[in-house]
Amino acid sequence: MAQKPRRTSAVEKKLVGVADVVIAAAQRRKDPTIAIPVRSLSNVTFNQRNGLIEMGKRKQARSFFNVGMAKKFMQTVLVADALCELQRANLTTSLREIYYRTKHTIKNSHENTLDTQDESDPLIEDLEVTLAALREELHVRAENAGSVVGPLVLVDDGDRVDCAKLGKGGYSVPSIVEPEYLQITRCTADFVLLVEKGTQWNRLSEDKFWRTYNCILLTGNGQPPRGVRRLARRLHEEKRLPVYVLVDNDPWGYYIYSVVKQGSINLAFESQRMAIPKAKFIGLSSGDPESYGLPRNVGIKLNDKDIARARELLAYTWFQKKSWQEEIKRMLSSGLKYELDALANKDFQYLTKKYLPRKLKEKDWLD
Amino acid sequence: MTARGPKLTPSKTSPVATPPKPAVSAVEMGARQRDISVSEFFTKNRHLLGFDNPRKALLTCVKEAVDNALDACEEAGILPDVVVKVEAVANGEPPLPPSQASRFRITVADNGPGIIRQQIPPIFAKLLYGSKFHRLRMSRGQQGMGISAAGMYGQLTTGKPVQIISRTSARAPAHYFEVQIDTKKNEPRILEKKQIDWESQRGTQVTMEVEGRYQKGRASVDEYIEQTIIANPHARLTYLTPEGETKEHPRTYPQLPPSPREIKPHPYGIELGMLLKMLQDTKSHWLSGFLAGDFSRVSPRLAEDICKAAGLSPRARPRDVHGQAAETLYKAIQSTKIMAPPTNCLSPIGEKAILSGLYQQIKGDFYTAVSRPPAVYRGNPFVIEAGLAYGRGSEQGQESQERQAMPLAEGEQPQDDNELARVIRYANRVPLLYQQSACAIFKAVLDTSWRNYGVSQSRSALPSGPMVIFVHMASVWVPFTSESKEAIADYDEIRKEITLALRECGRRLGAFLRRRERADSEHRRRNIFELYIEEVVESCNRLKGGRLPTAKLKEQLQKMALARTGGEKTDELLGKNGSGPEGLPHSIIVTPEGVEGEVPALIGEAPGEAGSSNGAPEEEAKTAKPSRLTGKTRRRRRGKRGTAGKPTTRAMRRKA
Repeated sequence: MAQKPRRTSAVEKKLVGVADVVIAAAQRRKDPTIAIPVRSLSNVTFNQRNGLIEMGKRKQARSFFNVGMAKKFMQTVLVADALCELQRANLTTSLREIYYRTKHTIKNSHENTLDTQDESDPLIEDLEVTLAALREELHVRAENAGSVVGPLVLVDDGDRVDCAKLGKGGYSVPSIVEPEYLQITRCTADFVLLVEKGTQWNRLSEDKFWRTYNCILLTGNGQPPRGVRRLARRLHEEKRLPVYVLVDNDPWGYYIYSVVKQGSINLAFESQRMAIPKAKFIGLSSGDPESYGLPRNVGIKLNDKDIARARELLAYTWFQKKSWQEEIKRMLSSGLKYELDALANKDFQYLTKKYLPRKLKEKDWLD
Repeated sequence: MTARGPKLTPSKTSPVATPPKPAVSAVEMGARQRDISVSEFFTKNRHLLGFDNPRKALLTCVKEAVDNALDACEEAGILPDVVVKVEAVANGEPPLPPSQASRFRITVADNGPGIIRQQIPPIFAKLLYGSKFHRLRMSRGQQGMGISAAGMYGQLTTGKPVQIISRTSARAPAHYFEVQIDTKKNEPRILEKKQIDWESQRGTQVTMEVEGRYQKGRASVDEYIEQTIIANPHARLTYLTPEGETKEHPRTYPQLPPSPREIKPHPYGIELGMLLKMLQDTKSHWLSGFLAGDFSRVSPRLAEDICKAAGLSPRARPRDVHGQAAETLYKAIQSTKIMAPPTNCLSPIGEKAILSGLYQQIKGDFYTAVSRPPAVYRGNPFVIEAGLAYGRGSEQGQESQERQAMPLAEGEQPQDDNELARVIRYANRVPLLYQQSACAIFKAVLDTSWRNYGVSQSRSALPSGPMVIFVHMASVWVPFTSESKEAIADYDEIRKEITLALRECGRRLGAFLRRRERADSEHRRRNIFELYIEEVVESCNRLKGGRLPTAKLKEQLQKMALARTGGEKTDELLGKNGSGPEGLPHSIIVTPEGVEGEVPALIGEAPGEAGSSNGAPEEEAKTAKPSRLTGKTRRRRRGKRGTAGKPTTRAMRRKA
């Protein structure tokens, strides 16, 4: 980790601001209140011009002298305190450690400040949006849940990492990939392929697909973590690489693509730094089973949850393009979803040898 | 013998064989017929009287003697003072610990009226001899069988006679008897009688030696004594256990229950055979006189009406009414509208006394008691009373709180134990310890939907929770399912009354639980701010790098908290807005702050005696401010005993 000179950072000032809110309110005999931007679908708008999901202006007040909110307010201040401690010590930590750090029994009672991690996680997100500080800036990291391989040279903590020379396993993408921590020194690839599942990423890596097609292979094992999204965004922005997304053919796959492209509803304020509005959806499209001759029996019947989710997607403003409406409706009318793994039905290397080459050649993707 | 019989081994008595010569002739058979005395019958069928096994036998013996003692005292208008002593007898072998001994000596002494010399042998050594069978008046004993059966059991199993000492007054001498029962004749056999010196001035003491087994727990002698105390708070009971302990149960209720009157049978309650017998035995000369004189609630006018309806002359001689005429008369009686029987023959325990008994014996947070108005089954008046004790009591409550003081780890839940409620059943103040599931009381408890009152209950099971349900049936004739008096028969009228009483208890429990929940949430509301202010201030201080004047910030926040929860005024309001104990008639509520409701004050005896459960709550009761007379409250008055105007103590609820 890069050593930084010890001076009060902007984020630390913001965190101390939480205490100031309480002190100022107490002096004026007012109820201490923190205004937290609402993190829900009702408070996000899709900006057609830049293609990003942006957070609206609606805020919710979290007051201390309100029976329903008192505990949450107290917890929020506690978490702010813990985050500030991280800033001062210049350490990074995980969500779970924040939970343990802030958990204790309240004096003169049998009550814990927090009972489960489910209580502290949303508070960190609350503080992120309230203070307009990214999670990385708050020094909270996730697990290294992503991998990258390809013609890419990085410098991580002063160590040179050549992603072309890391075998099949690749480089594990750290959770914080901001330029202060991770520098991109060389990149000769033509595009970035972001794969939903580790299985397919392994297949492509093993087959040295990245060498044949001169690309960077990224995976986030499911919903890509922030590190992976941020790295893709940096490659897109700094190296002008197009980003293609390869996901399962189901509502969750579509949503992963949309999060990469436009940002998420929950943390819409991060879209600015995370989203890649020009990302393309390369597959698995609901037309593919027909065009690639996938038999019907490798499909999976859509369950009620899938159908409900697909209907929700149809209503999102950022899925209003005609091609997307058709795509989702086609899945719904077929009543089936397909996993990427289903391609193995034809051949173990079908993805590497046939599917992706044909897709790239035909430029068969959705925007 | 039958077609399906084993074919391979042809039986000797095959139908093909010549008809066998009858082994016994009718004359011989006739010669064998003879009287069976009651004593002989019960020698063989002792389980009918509750002597099925040694453990139950020991209980039955104690029970019969104590019941008799209490009955005698009450009938004579004496506050009972009974001493029960159970000791293991070595019988020549090295002494065994009580739990392994097989022979016990039971001694029960009372301060009752005593028994005159001539009556002592038949009372204790003649089955079906007694004062209680032929009259309609509420008493513990009914048949005149219990104590002599106990004596007979002792005689059968140990060969030892029953020893009795009785004295009728300080001036009269004390008589000592040793009697046995002649089982063939059902007559007493006196082995020893003499005048002795006795330290007691008046009373009776009976000693029996029986085969038995002493084991604590459910349906034990100990449980019987404890339950007896609950239903008889006017009695003082000293129990000397086989283990050498002395358990004193002081009197907690100062008054004897009003003495029940004896009544004549109600016409609805008799059967045809009984009517025929009464017609033969009556002293009246006219039929109308017989009807009006030998039954309750039949006026001379009504008697004439009945005669008219039956087509009989009111002047007919009762002895001449038989056969068809008697049957018409019986039908006429049944179809005539007759007032319900008088109820002064009953002496219910009363709500106050039940509360007192429950409060002294069972630890809890909430007690309530309900006496139903009298009702009638088969012409027998009866009263159902129910009581309820809920909770673990302040002491145990604190214990469990201390256990919870250990902060919970992730995934841990506050402990929730699923104990089931306990049902304690009484008939004429006698605890019923066996055959719970055959009893109308138990069935009524199961059929009550306790969930309506905030208590969880699985399908066709007892409600769960720390709860004791008390049900008492007082009647001139309690319909038991068997001679051993263990379960009450399931008459619709009885079942209905029990259910109604339980529902009332349930409603009050529900009100209490809701009220406690409300108080808790208010308490929490106040506490929330108090607790969290500390945390918020500490966090702010750390955020500010430890340079915050914490005391000042804390004070500012605390001021705001107090203003926002309405300060002391809220407390007062909460105590007064209709949720006070006055909303719950005949109930006691125990909170850590004090006791509210009709808290019984201990009388006479020194409080806090060995083994009893009257520690902390009682002291609180004494320190609690006496305020508000019951007259001022919205007490519901029901029955003749509901209006007792004793001042109640009510501790002011204070939230710290």
